[in-house]
Amino acid sequence: MAQQGVLGIFPYLDATTTAIRQLRKAGFTDLTVYSPVPRHELEEALEPRESPVRLYTIAGGVLGALTGYGLASYASIAYPLVVGGKPLVHMIPYTVLAFEVAVLFGSLATVLGLFITARLPRLAFETTYDPAFSNDRLGVFVRCSPDRAAAAREILEKAGAPEVRHA
Amino acid sequence: MATTTIGTPPPKTTTFETMSRLSYRAVNETVLQAIKAPGRGWYILFLIDLAILAVGVIAFANQLMTGLGVAGYAPPVMWATYITTFVFWVGIAHSGTLISAILYLFRARWRTSVYRVAEAMTVFAVMTAGLFPLIHVGRPWVAYWLLPYPSQGHVWPNFKSPLVWDVFAVSTYFTVSAIFFVIGLIPDIAAARDASTGWRRRLYGILAIGWRGSNREWHHYSRAYMFLAAFATPLVLSVHSVVSWDFAMGIVPGWHATIFAPYFVAGAIFSGCAMVLTLVIPARRIFGVEEIITVDHLEALAKLCLFTGTIVAFSYAVEFFTAWYSGNPFERGQFWFRLTGDYAVGAWTMLTCNVFIPQLTLWFKPLRRNIPFLFLISIVINIGMWFERYVIIVLSLGHDFVPFAFGSRTQYVISPTELAILVGSFAWFGMFFLLFIKFLPWVSLTEVKEVLPPPMKERTAAGGGH
Repeated sequence: MAQQGVLGIFPYLDATTTAIRQLRKAGFTDLTVYSPVPRHELEEALEPRESPVRLYTIAGGVLGALTGYGLASYASIAYPLVVGGKPLVHMIPYTVLAFEVAVLFGSLATVLGLFITARLPRLAFETTYDPAFSNDRLGVFVRCSPDRAAAAREILEKAGAPEVRHA
Repeated sequence: MATTTIGTPPPKTTTFETMSRLSYRAVNETVLQAIKAPGRGWYILFLIDLAILAVGVIAFANQLMTGLGVAGYAPPVMWATYITTFVFWVGIAHSGTLISAILYLFRARWRTSVYRVAEAMTVFAVMTAGLFPLIHVGRPWVAYWLLPYPSQGHVWPNFKSPLVWDVFAVSTYFTVSAIFFVIGLIPDIAAARDASTGWRRRLYGILAIGWRGSNREWHHYSRAYMFLAAFATPLVLSVHSVVSWDFAMGIVPGWHATIFAPYFVAGAIFSGCAMVLTLVIPARRIFGVEEIITVDHLEALAKLCLFTGTIVAFSYAVEFFTAWYSGNPFERGQFWFRLTGDYAVGAWTMLTCNVFIPQLTLWFKPLRRNIPFLFLISIVINIGMWFERYVIIVLSLGHDFVPFAFGSRTQYVISPTELAILVGSFAWFGMFFLLFIKFLPWVSLTEVKEVLPPPMKERTAAGGGH
C-alpha cells in the first residue's frame, strides 16, 4: 500500500521518546514506531490503549474449562463405567482434565488474539521498514499529508534523528 | 556507550557486569554468526547421531515384530526402562518452562541468556518423552484409543484414570511449550532474516511471518507473551504432578504417597537445570558466546540445581521417614528392599549422584564457578535422576504385597532392546537439538537486548539501566 509520510531513524532511545512526545504534541497522531526490543519508555510516550489480547485469553480459558468438564461428564454418562459404587460424574478428577484443556484452549486463543490484534502474519512490507530496526536502530514513521511533511521532518531532526526519509 | 564487538578477546571471567557493556549490535553479531552454514564438525556429529538413532529404531522395529517379550519385563515388574525413560524426559522438559515462564514472571533477568536453549530443550524433550508410552504399550498402532473421540462402539476413555489425565497433560504441555517457543522466536527470526541473504533470507522471511517490530506488534506481543507465561507456570507444575499421579494413584508400596507431586516437580527441575548446563557449556564455547552466557549465568543455574537438589534430598528423607513412621510392614519392607535388596545398586547410585555429590560440592562458590566441574556434575546429576525414576518404578513393583514374587528369581534386568531404545532416545533428542542450534537463533536476541542498558544520548547518573 502506498504510504505518505516521513521516517526518522534514531540510534538512541531517549531521542526517540522525545520525538514521539513532540510529534504527538504537534498533532501528528498516526505514528508507527519500530524498535528491536519492546521498551516501556516507548509505551509511556505512545500511551496505547490496553491490549485486547486478554479478552481472547479469558474467553479461551473459560471455554476450555467448560469443554474439559463437559467432555468428561458426557463421556461418563454415554459409556457408564461404575467403579467401586462411586458416582459416574465426579468433579474432582475432572478438574485435572478441565485445567489442562483450559490451558490448551487459553493458549491457542491467546495466539489467535495476538495474530488478529497485531495483524500477523503480514504478507507485504511497507517501504518504510529498514533492516536496522531488528538490530540496533529505532524508527519513527509519521504518516501525514505532503503539506505537513516538512513540519514532521523538522521535529524528527531536532529530536536527534541523523537520517530522515520521505516515503 | 562502550561497545564490544566480536574479534576482541572476551574478558577472562565473564560476569553479568561484563555482559551489560555489550551493545545491541554486538549481540546481533555474536548470536547470528552461529547460524552460518554448518562446518564439517557439525556434519560428522550429526551423522554419528543419526547412526545411533538408527540402532534405536531397528530395536523398536524388532520389538514391534516380535512383541514385548524382548523388553526384559519380569512379572511383577511390568513397567520398567520405558516408563523410567518417559518420566526422565518429561522431567528434563520442566526446567525449560521454569526458566522461560516462571523466571519470566519473577523478572529474573539472568534467564534471558539461556532461556531459548532451555525452551528448545523442553520442546524436544517432550517430543522424546511422548515416544515412550507408545513404545511401552503392546500395540502402539491402537494408541489413539486413549483419545476421546466418538467411535462406532460408543466406547469412551475413563476420565477418572490418571493415565488419561496424562495423555491430556503431556499433549497440552507439548502444544503450549511449542507455542511459547515459536512465539518467542518470531522477533529473532526477523532479525536473522534481516541479516541473511539468499535462500536463508527467504526461509526466515516466511518463518518470521512479516514481523517488523512496530509499536503495535510489540504492544500486543508483550501482553500475549505474559499471558502465555502465566498459563505455562501452573501448567509445568501440573504436568509432572499428573505424571507422578500415574504412580501415586496406585496402591503399590513406594508409590502411594501424597508427597509425590512436589517431589516429582522438584526432581524434574533438578534434572532439567543439569541438562541445560550439559548443553550450554559446550555450546557457549563452540559458538563463542561466552560474553552473553557468562560464568554468572552458569552459577545461577548451579544454584537452581542446588536448591531443587536439596528439596529432592529432603523428599528422599521424608519417604524413608514416612515408611518407618507408618508402621505398615509392606511400606517398611519396600524401603529396606531399596537399600539392601536385589536392586540396591540402583538406589545407592541415586543417592550418591543426587544427594551426596551435589550436597558436598555445590555449596561451595569456587566449585559453582568451575566450568569443567559444572559440566561433569550436570552429567552425574542426570545419571542420578534416571536412576531415581528406575528406583521408584522397578523397585516398587519388584517388592509389593506378594512375598512369592520377591527375590532374585524374578529379577528384572534391562534387555539389549531397551538399552538400544534408551540410547536411541538421546540421539532422537540430539538430532533436533543439532538442527535447532544451527538453523535458529539459539540465544534470544530480543530478550538479551531487553536486559542491556538501552542506547541513550544523554547518560543519566544511574547509567541508563533500570
